[in-house]
This record gives sequence, C-alpha cells and structure tokens, in this order.
Amino acid sequence: MIYVVGALILWGLGWMLNARLANGPRANTRAVQIAVPVIFGATILLIWELIVRGLSVPLVILPPPSMIATTFANSLPILWADFVQTFVKGALSGFVIGGVAAFLLAIVVDRYDFLRRGLLPVGNFMAALPIVGTAPILVMWFGFDWQSKAAVVVVMVFFPILVNTVAGLRDTSDIQRDLMRTYGASYGQTLFKLRLPAAMPFIFNGLKIATTLALVGAIVAEFFGSPTRGMGFRISTSVGQLALDMVWAEIVVAALAGSFFYGAIALCEKGVTFWHPSQRS
Amino acid sequence: MKSLVSAFAPVVTVVIALMTIWYMAAVWLNADWAYDRAGRAGVTLSFSELVSDTWAQEKPKLPAPHQVVEEIWKTTVQKSITSKRSLIYHSWVTLSATLLGFGLGTALGIGLAIGIVYNRVMDMSVMPWAIVSQTIPIIAIAPMIIVVLYSIGVQGMLPKAIISAYLSFFPVVVGMVKGLRSPDAMQLDLLRTYSANKSQSFWKLRLPASVPYLFASLKIGVAASLVGAIVGELPTGAVRGLGARLLAGSYYGQTIQIWSALFAAAILAAGLVALIGLLERVTLRRMGERP
Repeated sequence: MIYVVGALILWGLGWMLNARLANGPRANTRAVQIAVPVIFGATILLIWELIVRGLSVPLVILPPPSMIATTFANSLPILWADFVQTFVKGALSGFVIGGVAAFLLAIVVDRYDFLRRGLLPVGNFMAALPIVGTAPILVMWFGFDWQSKAAVVVVMVFFPILVNTVAGLRDTSDIQRDLMRTYGASYGQTLFKLRLPAAMPFIFNGLKIATTLALVGAIVAEFFGSPTRGMGFRISTSVGQLALDMVWAEIVVAALAGSFFYGAIALCEKGVTFWHPSQRS
Repeated sequence: MKSLVSAFAPVVTVVIALMTIWYMAAVWLNADWAYDRAGRAGVTLSFSELVSDTWAQEKPKLPAPHQVVEEIWKTTVQKSITSKRSLIYHSWVTLSATLLGFGLGTALGIGLAIGIVYNRVMDMSVMPWAIVSQTIPIIAIAPMIIVVLYSIGVQGMLPKAIISAYLSFFPVVVGMVKGLRSPDAMQLDLLRTYSANKSQSFWKLRLPASVPYLFASLKIGVAASLVGAIVGELPTGAVRGLGARLLAGSYYGQTIQIWSALFAAAILAAGLVALIGLLERVTLRRMGERP
C-alpha cells in the first residue's frame, strides 16, 4: 500500500515540478524543453514500478521496468541477433530496394503524363490498403528467412515513396521551369538541377513515413513464419511462454530501432534540404 | 464527358496492364507444378493446356484474378452470412472491432489534443512523446495486449479494439493539435476584441478551424485501425475475422483463401477511407467551404 501512496505522491511532485518549469521564466530555453518530457517519462516509469510492486501485479500481466531492464541487459546477444535478423537484413534491405524502385518508377511516371494520371490514383489507393496482409503470400513465395521479410517491406514502403516523389517532382513553378528553358537546359539538367532538389522535402516525407512501415512490415511478416530468431519471432514465442519481460525488452529494441532510423533519415533531410523554410529557424 | 474519359482512360489502362501482368505471372509461377503433375501422369502439355491449367489450380502459388473473384463471390453471395465460411461474417468480425477501436481512439485523441492545446504543462510533457511514438512500430505490442487481456479474462472483440484504438490514437492527437493551433494570431486577437471567453473561442474558432486537419488524420487513423484489428487476430490463432482467414490460409496453403481475405480487407479499407472522405466533403460544405 505504501508503494501506491508513494506513486501518487510522486505523480504530484513530478507534475508540480513540470508545471513550475513550463510556466516559469525559462520555459522557452532548450534545456527546459528537453527536461520537461524527460521528467514526465521518468515519473511514468517510477510510478509503473511502484504500482506493480505495491499491488503485486502478476508478472504475466505487467513486469516492472527494473525487471525489463535486467532482462534487456542479460540477453543482449539474443536481442542483437534478433535486431540484425529483423532490422538489418529484413527492414533495411527492403527499405533500400523498395525506396530505389519507387524513386526510379516515380521519375518514369513523371516523364509520361499518361502514366502519371493512370498510376497515381492506383498508387494512392494502394497506399491506404492494409498491405501487411500480403505477408502470408510473400512468406509462402520467398521462404521463411529474411528475403520474405524484405519483400513485405518492399511492398509496404513502395507506394508512400512513389506517391510523395511524384508529388515532389511537380512542385516547381512555371516561372522556375521557364527560367531553365531560357537557359537552354535539357530534360536531364532540369531534372537534376531544379526538380529533384525541389522534390527533396517531399521525398524525405515519404521516406520518414516508410521508416515506421518498414519495421512494422518486417515484424508482422515474422508472425507468419520465420527462422528461430528475429524480433517478431521472439515476441510471438515469448508471449506464448508468458515471458513478458522478454517481450518488453524486444519492444524496447523495436522502439529504439524505430526512433534511430527515423532520426537518421531526419538528419539526412536536414543536410539535404537545408534551404527549405521548415529547416530554417 | 470528355474530361471524364480523359480522367478514366489512363487509370483503366493501368489497371488492365496490371491484370495482364498478373495473369502472365500466374502462368509463370504455377508452371512448375503443372509440369510436375503432367510429368508424373506421363503427358506433355501444349502451351494452351499449360495456360488453362495454371489458371485453374486448386492451390496455386499465385491464383489468377478470376479464381479470386469466384472465391469471393462464392463466400459472400452464395453463403448465408451466419456461416463460418462466409467472408461477410469474417469481415464483420474485423470491421466491428475496427470501428469500436477507431471510435475510442478518436475520442481519446481529440480529448488529449484539447488538453495539450489548453494546458502548457501537458503540451511540454506529453507532446514530444506523442511525436516519438509515431516512429515506433506500435504493432509489436499487439500480441502482448491480446495475451495479457486474455489472461485477465477479457477476450473477443475488445482486445482487438484496444489495438485499433491505440493505432488511430496518435495520428488523431498530432493532427488535432495542429488543427486547434491553426487559427493565426490575428483571428485570435479578433475574438479577444469581441471579449470572447475561452469556451467561446474554442467552439467558434478553434474547433471549426481544426475540422480539415481532423479529417486528414481520421483517414490515416481508420486505415491504421483496420491494420490493427487484422494484426490483432494473428497471435492468438483466432478463428474468426479476416486476420484469422489469412493465418489459416497460410497454414494450410489455401492461397485462394488468402487472396480473397486480402481483397476483402482492401475493399473494407477503401470503403472506410471513402466514407470518411464523403463525410469530410459534406461537413466542409455545410460549414460553408467554397470549392
């Protein structure tokens, strides 16, 4: 009981501290803007720990964060093998293949107006569909190993990148294109010097959407069959054994991988589209 | 009329091209099995026999489109909707969980967004996490939610609905916060000169201004909800729902069943997104939007 009371007091303290910081004179400094969400996150973790201990919640329902951290630290080799299998082999290779294919098709589609008007509605339609559903079919075609996971990821990331790249390639004004024409620029020169750079914010938007989809695709595809390693495999088997601490450790890995992947793409975006208004401040 | 033709002609061409590729791929992928069988029976296949065989196998690697359409027809129109083999029945199981979860997620998302816009502490503490959570493959926790809820006695539609709600929750929060903040300083100042109080400025300015943003995120949210409900059916080996059809099909190699479930899911998703698009147009027109 004392733990639960402690949790409530802690909640109040954390909230009060954040309220002071957020309404205080330094609220707009960078340090405070980082500190507030960190304090919030830490409070949640502590309360989670205290409530689970205080009410002695069974481990098969919710393990405390300390136990998840211990499991994480103790099973680093397993987690690393799963990470390599699912993220590096499945998600990353599929992301690259799907991204390059979508990009090349987008350039072709953009060149021929007939194709654009035909493929774009189909692409938009496909982008809204539950494409993860193709996972069982692709697992059947490409076998249980990472190739089938990469195939699912290719299909999942393809349409968002295609649609965004095509939209981006059209994002130049008539004046800009006319200027290139007065320079006597060829199609290729206009593409590389004007239209591709102008399309970059759109392309990166598509890539950012695709980062999450790639991980989702690789993990869900493993629910339909996989070798005896991989994040999706570990999650589904550990759930079966009620080893929830392992499941949570794997979720931490997925969260870290997802955030870093997204962060890496965002960093590239910052470097490439430094000229765009959204990157200047 | 002419503009209608010029709008549809390319789409129809592309769809026909895709169908042709599909039929040819069916011949190519299913040829091994056809040759194998013919070899064992001691007959040689002519090209036309090969084609007709590859388009009519019982467990093909890639079923031809007409086989899928036939299966969908058989399992929707020709089965009563209470039958365990009716695709409409399975679709309804998934759709009901999707809709419940989507409703829950949207309501909670709008609530949290209002809290974030009006409370600075909440904004600073919760909003970064809401944004980070978009980069996390949330679907990874689906199996755990199902099993944990099962172990405390909750099963059936609710666990799937919770996953759906969770997936549609964050897009709605992020979109709504953006929408509620979209009125610019001049508009807010105008309301201040009217001496409008907080609730008046909410109902008369912020909420109406957020509607276009809300619909944009609802479209993303409903598609995510459907994916959530389907994935929620995978880990427990559920026997009802589209996800269960996918899983059973992949266990028993019933490819036609997988494809028909996939098409049912696609039709559901397209229907839901179209429905929200329609609602969006009707609402915006009633709010006085001029095209």
